[in-house]
Amino acid sequence: MKKSYYQPEDLKKFSSIAEWNEILGSKFFDYYNTVFDEGSLSKREKLLIALAVSHVVQCPYCIDAYTKDNLQIGIPKEDMMEAVHVGAAIKAGAALVHGVQMMNRHDQLSM
Amino acid sequence: MKIKSLKARNNSLSQTEKQLEILASGIFKDGSLPTFKKKVASNKLPPIRPKKLEILQINVGYMCNQVCAHCHVDAGPDRKEIMTHRTMEQILKVIKNIKIKTVDLTGGAPEMHPRFRWFVEELRKTNVEEIIVRSNLTIILANKKYNDLPTFFGKHKIHVISSLPFYKREKTDRQRGDGVFETSIKALQMLNKVGYGILDKNLQLDLVYNPSGAFLPGDQSVLEVDFKKALLEDFNIKFNNLFTITNLPISRFLDYLIASENYEEYMYTLVDAFNPSAVKNLMCTNTLSVNWEGFLFDCDFNQMLNLKVDVTTKHISEFNEGKLNNRYILLSQHCYGCTAGAGSSCQGSIT
Repeated sequence: MKKSYYQPEDLKKFSSIAEWNEILGSKFFDYYNTVFDEGSLSKREKLLIALAVSHVVQCPYCIDAYTKDNLQIGIPKEDMMEAVHVGAAIKAGAALVHGVQMMNRHDQLSM
Repeated sequence: MKIKSLKARNNSLSQTEKQLEILASGIFKDGSLPTFKKKVASNKLPPIRPKKLEILQINVGYMCNQVCAHCHVDAGPDRKEIMTHRTMEQILKVIKNIKIKTVDLTGGAPEMHPRFRWFVEELRKTNVEEIIVRSNLTIILANKKYNDLPTFFGKHKIHVISSLPFYKREKTDRQRGDGVFETSIKALQMLNKVGYGILDKNLQLDLVYNPSGAFLPGDQSVLEVDFKKALLEDFNIKFNNLFTITNLPISRFLDYLIASENYEEYMYTLVDAFNPSAVKNLMCTNTLSVNWEGFLFDCDFNQMLNLKVDVTTKHISEFNEGKLNNRYILLSQHCYGCTAGAGSSCQGSIT
């Protein structure tokens, strides 16, 4: 028994989630694939967003998959890191903006 | 650190039998992945057979001034195999007797062959429409005697196809060796100077992109736009087309895949990306590959796996067009490299 919640080879089995609920599973994969079709946003833009979000949601499978997709489409590593910083900045900002709540609460409770 | 060829390192993968054994075992033997032949059949595609022969790709030898990490030829300065004058004459004799549209000269660095210029001049006297030289670019600056190659290419209207893994230094140097990017840039500027890559001059200069790692190439047309923009803005370089080529799991690239523990994932990637519509345009259906000894192969990759054509007349000196047109193409799991995604060939993607 492997003592880890995440197994890299499980990514290949992602599509198997549809086996236990085909209707919802296939609706999800249809949606997922359509999202990544070229639209107003280019493929390149979508893959950089996906990479940044993968880090923010801290999904190791997503990071594996989208790093590879970014490499394949020819996105330089410096661009990838810049995208990750955008995600990280929003995440840091999301934590810090709660500081206003903390300040409000502090002042409310203080004399 | 300078790497050496697998052969010079006595690496077991320099034995083609060992490579074929790896490609036939493990995930392909235990049924985790279908063999290429099974995959073709399960897609209800007919067996892969030759169409009209259009391209003769001639590998004049394995010597090269570079030792690229991904090289499927295992070429390098330590390789001494080169084509004899007699074999070149046998090839010219065949070309004079049959209709061949394109001759594609490769190596190693074909320009290092002592009879290279003579061979090109003789080929130009035949009815061949197009002569391609696969130049690694750095050879042009490797020695004074090669500095006039751009002029020589131009004089004989050679179609130059050159590898440039990326439009940035780091990836190029990591794959092809330190300093390769800078020298390649200089060589491209020299080719531009004699008129290569500029549309109205009719001297074609194409670049080859192959991924610097265990992943597939992206969309050829998108990468071409990126390459053209970056090379023009940064170095004032122009070229005609970009060809994306998938790395096939053989020779030094196979060695890299195994050593970096990427082999299985890469094979899964190739198999998942199998594109049935690429099968009908596989380069083995219109190309024959000749090695330095004059033996015939379905493609350059089969040459490196020593899979000679499946006919009794295997040598250029006994060239039999009828028999060759009726042959079956020899397949193994490396063939997945040519059918992945948009497909891959020495002329780039095939769908």
